[in-house]
Amino acid sequence: MSKLIVSLSPHAHGTDSVERNMYGVIIALMPALLVSFYFFGLGSVVVTATSVAACVFFEWAISKYILKQERNSVLDGSAILTGLLLAFNLPSNLPAWIIIIGALFAIGVAKMTFGGLGNNLFNPALVGRAALLVAFPAQMTTWPKVGQWGSYLDAETGATPLSIMKDAIKSGDASLLNQLPDSLSLFLGNHPDGGGAMGEICGLALLVGLGYMLWKKIITWHIPVSIIATVFVFAGLLHLANPAYADPVSVILTGGLMLGAIFMATDYVTSPMTTKGQLIYGVAIGFLTVVIRNWGAYPEGMSFAILIMNAFTPLINNYVKPKRFGEVAK
Amino acid sequence: MNARTFSIGGIHPEENKLTHEVATKVAALPKQAIFPLSQHIGAPAKPVVQKGDKVKVGTLIAEAGGFVSAPIFSSVSGTVFKIDTAIDATGYRKPVIIINVEGDEWEETIDRSDKLETVEAHPELTPEEIVNRVKEAGVVGMGGACFPTFIKLTPPPTAKAECVIINAVECEPYITADFRLMMEHADEILVGLELLMIAAKVTTGYIGIETNKPAAIELLTEKVITKFNVQSSKFNVSVVPLKQRYPQGGEKQLVDAVIQRQVPAPPAIPVNVGAIVQNVGTAFAVYEAVMKHKPLFERYTTVTGKRLANPGNFLVRMGTPMQDLIDACGGMPEGDNKLLAGGPMMGKALTSTEVPICKGTNSVTIISDDEARRKEPQPCIRCAKCVGVCPMGLEPYLLAKLSEIKNWERAEQEDIVSCIECGSCQFTCPAHRPLLDNIRQGKATVMGIIRSRAAKK
Repeated sequence: MSKLIVSLSPHAHGTDSVERNMYGVIIALMPALLVSFYFFGLGSVVVTATSVAACVFFEWAISKYILKQERNSVLDGSAILTGLLLAFNLPSNLPAWIIIIGALFAIGVAKMTFGGLGNNLFNPALVGRAALLVAFPAQMTTWPKVGQWGSYLDAETGATPLSIMKDAIKSGDASLLNQLPDSLSLFLGNHPDGGGAMGEICGLALLVGLGYMLWKKIITWHIPVSIIATVFVFAGLLHLANPAYADPVSVILTGGLMLGAIFMATDYVTSPMTTKGQLIYGVAIGFLTVVIRNWGAYPEGMSFAILIMNAFTPLINNYVKPKRFGEVAK
Repeated sequence: MNARTFSIGGIHPEENKLTHEVATKVAALPKQAIFPLSQHIGAPAKPVVQKGDKVKVGTLIAEAGGFVSAPIFSSVSGTVFKIDTAIDATGYRKPVIIINVEGDEWEETIDRSDKLETVEAHPELTPEEIVNRVKEAGVVGMGGACFPTFIKLTPPPTAKAECVIINAVECEPYITADFRLMMEHADEILVGLELLMIAAKVTTGYIGIETNKPAAIELLTEKVITKFNVQSSKFNVSVVPLKQRYPQGGEKQLVDAVIQRQVPAPPAIPVNVGAIVQNVGTAFAVYEAVMKHKPLFERYTTVTGKRLANPGNFLVRMGTPMQDLIDACGGMPEGDNKLLAGGPMMGKALTSTEVPICKGTNSVTIISDDEARRKEPQPCIRCAKCVGVCPMGLEPYLLAKLSEIKNWERAEQEDIVSCIECGSCQFTCPAHRPLLDNIRQGKATVMGIIRSRAAKK
């Protein structure tokens, strides 16, 4: 005898799923990953593999043995994503055991302690990176130069464009900025003198990823655009006031700015829920990034800016409301 | 075509308009007709017949039970079998009148000819007379809400009507009853619109149709030009093509789309921004009530589903059990099914195939269990997509959470009562969370709190 099934409306569901979004972001990261393999060779393969494997393992083990979840949360793809993003933020000559510690911080401390996917306050990959930066400052601030195919731990390191910018500001000597690669090389990532974190090197590859995520409606434009626009305007004003501050185009194309704006700040869990809130969040991240880069102790400010604004996200959600239908402007 | 649409949120569910091209058939008379006394918003109707009474098609069997209420007429001729209870669309047993069908004898006052009556030929039709006939004929909103039409036509003195908007959007997937009605009775609908405009004392009318119905847009545009765009006409009527987007058929969304005015939060209603919205089926019912003296006892209904052998559109007498219509379409498909009164977005899942067609039943939709089965909910990943699609500018993730933790005070502050229960949030949620289930419960509780607070004052 066939039955009539009863439930409340709606009786239809779209095709969207958590997995579709997570794997969508992973696909969007592929161009940047391939570029990083191309520029950093063996080292980047080892770092990526270690980071992803460690993140997936910690997620699986904690879900199974500590949280005892019925459906192991490793299946949703978010641990792979965290592993990739963590790797993207690391130098390609980082020893595997350090990466594993970073993965434990990212998944274990920043994510699973709070209850797993959806409950964490801070971006897991960035917490992993920040923890490593504090614990291993030397290893985390030397960056291999690009184009060393067969090298891993032995890779030759060099000054990054960011450290050149920092030196120029400290000394007030604008001529130091002449050492910066031209904008096109920065955009493509093929500047043999300088390196950086594995995934941040090629703006073009990251923009392709952004295009893919916008096309697939995984994210909206608000956060990346507001961050990049704010940095451009703020850095531009500083450059006009004092040429020792690098020109805004170089500022946008260096360091983790693109990676952070496109992939880290847009993390669903740790960013605001309304478009208005996302714009506030983006502008604040852009502002803080420039402040930290120019006047802070570290040459890079992107990850700290995002982590600071992660802390403000609940507050933004509380006070910034979407415009209700029919609401009269007050 | 420069199509308009509403300004916030919205989704694009799969259309599944299987019966678009299927011409309307007249459904066979049932053996027994069941008339729930509560098939409109407001007080249930009061029976005026007794067991054993003989009735004809169009005989009053229950009168309005209050101001916000509507009379009910028999759709069949025969004998009143009993006044009892039966399961209706709510799933509960409710008071009904059951009539055993004998023959098909109509009240003589009803004009059964096909002749198109025009307003010009009936100078006696004052606004008051039209409103009165609409009220007496038991006409209610035919789009599903079933709000008594005469009340909408007499707005409170604080509001002034400026236009009548005909809702021909039919944005729910599967349903095609309104489309077929437009294709088959366009002239009557336009006379209905004219009557509505006279009754509401306005001269401006709009017909909002989504662009997935180009044939209806073309036909009605042509008819509107010949009927209203002449020197002698004092009416200004236009067909407004609308971009496909659910829930455009929601009253507030439609007003926003057509005249770009947003109705404020409840208790405000469309007429507060000058609009009176009537479903296209209601316009037809008004025509029949006023011009043909035919009370509301039959309607256009789509019977549809991907696994039905012969889905179709029917002109069906109210009180006909759904089982009869399902049989006419080839019978219930094998296996477990969901039987819906309405479409998949807002339709009600029924517990029995014996539930009768009522004034608001625009569709009988059958969805197989595997198609409709909900997936296991996952934790909210805070992707904000529910906020993006909410047509009322609400935050569904938050309202659902507040309802779960029973924080009614905050839920009220966050405007939970503005929710129109369209289901866009739940449709979109990648984590398959039961957002609307929770919000609906919270909304009902908060509305109860608001009412009891008002009662205390």
